Amino acid sequence: MHKITVEAVVENLQTVIDFATEHLEEQDCPMKTAMQMELVIEEIFVNIANYAYNPEVGMATFCIEFEERPSAILMTFIDNGKPYNPLEKSDPDTTLDIDERDIGGLGIFLVKKNVDEIDYKYEGGKNILSMKKFF
Amino acid sequence: MEIKKEQNGSALTIHVIGRLDAGSAPDLSKELTTALDGVTDLTFDFAELKYIASAGLRVLLVAQKRMNKQGSMKLIHVSEAVMEVLDMTGFASLMTIE
Repeated sequence: MHKITVEAVVENLQTVIDFATEHLEEQDCPMKTAMQMELVIEEIFVNIANYAYNPEVGMATFCIEFEERPSAILMTFIDNGKPYNPLEKSDPDTTLDIDERDIGGLGIFLVKKNVDEIDYKYEGGKNILSMKKFF
Repeated sequence: MEIKKEQNGSALTIHVIGRLDAGSAPDLSKELTTALDGVTDLTFDFAELKYIASAGLRVLLVAQKRMNKQGSMKLIHVSEAVMEVLDMTGFASLMTIE
């Protein structure tokens, strides 16, 4: 398992993405899947950066590992911020017209759309969000 | 992200180059606040936009709502990767994409 811990601030997003990209490339992950994972990482990391410790700043840990037959990416985000289950947020209604569309909830919705499995738990004072994507 | 603007009377074309993510979306948002004054015909040229995240979608939604009041807006040269995100979120049906 590969792991990186950084201060949860938007400025560190690229560091986490570069870390993930390096490992995705090592595994010959298809370009399209890699881009989807980049989007997933951005949405979750930015959420942690903006809300988990607000108004303070804390740390976020990102782990990535791989499975074979079938090939899958396992990614986990861990933070010690306020308990928050993003999966409880209801999906935006993508059929509403422009005046009724709200700008919230899009990030986690994109995450759910781009992974095959997603699981949240709060354990030992930590938010733990795990995802699996087959490729 | 880099922004290039071409203004022709009340028609404005904005080329968004690179990545429209949580880091860069606030810059575009700020730019639009004043750039859209008096504009009736807004075009976003996404030929060189490689990536969009929800922060970028929010900026587009705000721009679309504003342009609905003062004129029209369209997206052109949208790449496959960006189109996929627009489709997934239902934005493709909210906006004019050519």
